[in-house]
Amino acid sequence: MTEPLVACPECDALHRRRALAPGTKARCVRCRAVLYRRSYLDLDHQLALVTAAILTYMIANCYPIVDLRIQGRLNSATLAGSVLSLWQEGRESVAVLVFVTTLLFPLIDLGALLVLLLLIRRGRPAAAFSPLLRFLQALRPWGMIEVFMLGIVVSLVKLSNMAQVLPGIALWAFGTLTVLLAVILSMDLHNLWDVGENAIKRPAAVPQP
Amino acid sequence: MTAPHTLSADAVPAVTTAAEAGLVACPHCHLLCRDAAGDDPALRDRLRCPRCDGRLHPRKVASLSRTWALLIAAAILYIPANAFPVMRTSTLLSTQNDTILSGIIYFWTSGSPELAVLIFSVSIVIPLLKLVTLSFLAVSIHRSATTGTRPRAHLFRIVETVGRWSMLDVFVVALMVGLVHFQGLAVIQAGPGAAAFGAVVVLTMLAAHSFDPRMIWDRASAGPPATKQTPTGNRHG
Repeated sequence: MTEPLVACPECDALHRRRALAPGTKARCVRCRAVLYRRSYLDLDHQLALVTAAILTYMIANCYPIVDLRIQGRLNSATLAGSVLSLWQEGRESVAVLVFVTTLLFPLIDLGALLVLLLLIRRGRPAAAFSPLLRFLQALRPWGMIEVFMLGIVVSLVKLSNMAQVLPGIALWAFGTLTVLLAVILSMDLHNLWDVGENAIKRPAAVPQP
Repeated sequence: MTAPHTLSADAVPAVTTAAEAGLVACPHCHLLCRDAAGDDPALRDRLRCPRCDGRLHPRKVASLSRTWALLIAAAILYIPANAFPVMRTSTLLSTQNDTILSGIIYFWTSGSPELAVLIFSVSIVIPLLKLVTLSFLAVSIHRSATTGTRPRAHLFRIVETVGRWSMLDVFVVALMVGLVHFQGLAVIQAGPGAAAFGAVVVLTMLAAHSFDPRMIWDRASAGPPATKQTPTGNRHG
């Protein structure tokens, strides 16, 4: 089961853990940082959300975000196409930055979360659990789909002044994905350590001299 | 919202920290472990969390040095990020270079003042505020400040939350480049400022990530905990 004590991640103050009602957070008495939270969602809800997000991600990246019409000529762009254009014109660093924050990391994030939830659901020990969850925690701050969504809106306004802009399927998919990810990211990853504890192969606690 | 204890809004209560209790919270999975290493750096490097096998350090290693290094790099790059063009628009008639600021002015004058304010906030104000705030926090740690702990902790939390939104301009440039590709009619390319600006955002995010907010509270309590890491002389694991 869970540990009886918890240290604040932002000021190190010790607290006695107490059970939470769904949808509530426990905050540190000293610095008000969130110590832990309890989601409304159970494991199956989370699995459903992650699966939906992965499918939405596929749609968002396979269809054009927007079609642009200038003097009878039509141009449509996908996210991957934009990254490719940046790369081809010699802005490799910007291309890589956009690629990892909007394409690669969100996909790895969702994929890793799906695997972790399935491992917990299966309830058998898996050596991959700890490294995968630690990797996911390190990666999480660098996925920026919601910022990208705002970027789409700004670009549309900018372009609507000079050309005819037709929203594409991926525009709605990115909107949906932003909402799904907001819900998924609101789930505390640290809960998975407690839930998955029985699915983790325990290494020796004492270092070998 | 439930807190483990109830308290009045502005009094900072006396607490026992994990370090004072001889415990160390795993930085990865937050499991509380008995700190067997104490002041022995050789043992410290070998200590692992029994649950997730992560390295157990009571505080982020060389936190201040790293924060400063990343902040200085970001401050230097902030200049080309704003001075160089982030976007180059070539039409049949002319070539136009846009810096971040001229992009903001364009929105302001073309009837989208709210977008101008948004881009100004995330692209100019937030990176600058991050540099200033993180520097201020680092200096306050160096000076072992004991006052204003809660406001400083709050400042740090804000900096950590808003930092990612600065990436907005990079994404706008990327989308414009992908969309406006009409050979002979109009082509938009990314300028050197875009790369510098992206680097500033990444570096300030890394700087915030390197800063250990627990230092704010360590220096403010009566004395530093015995198990605290000094910023020097530790091999980073």
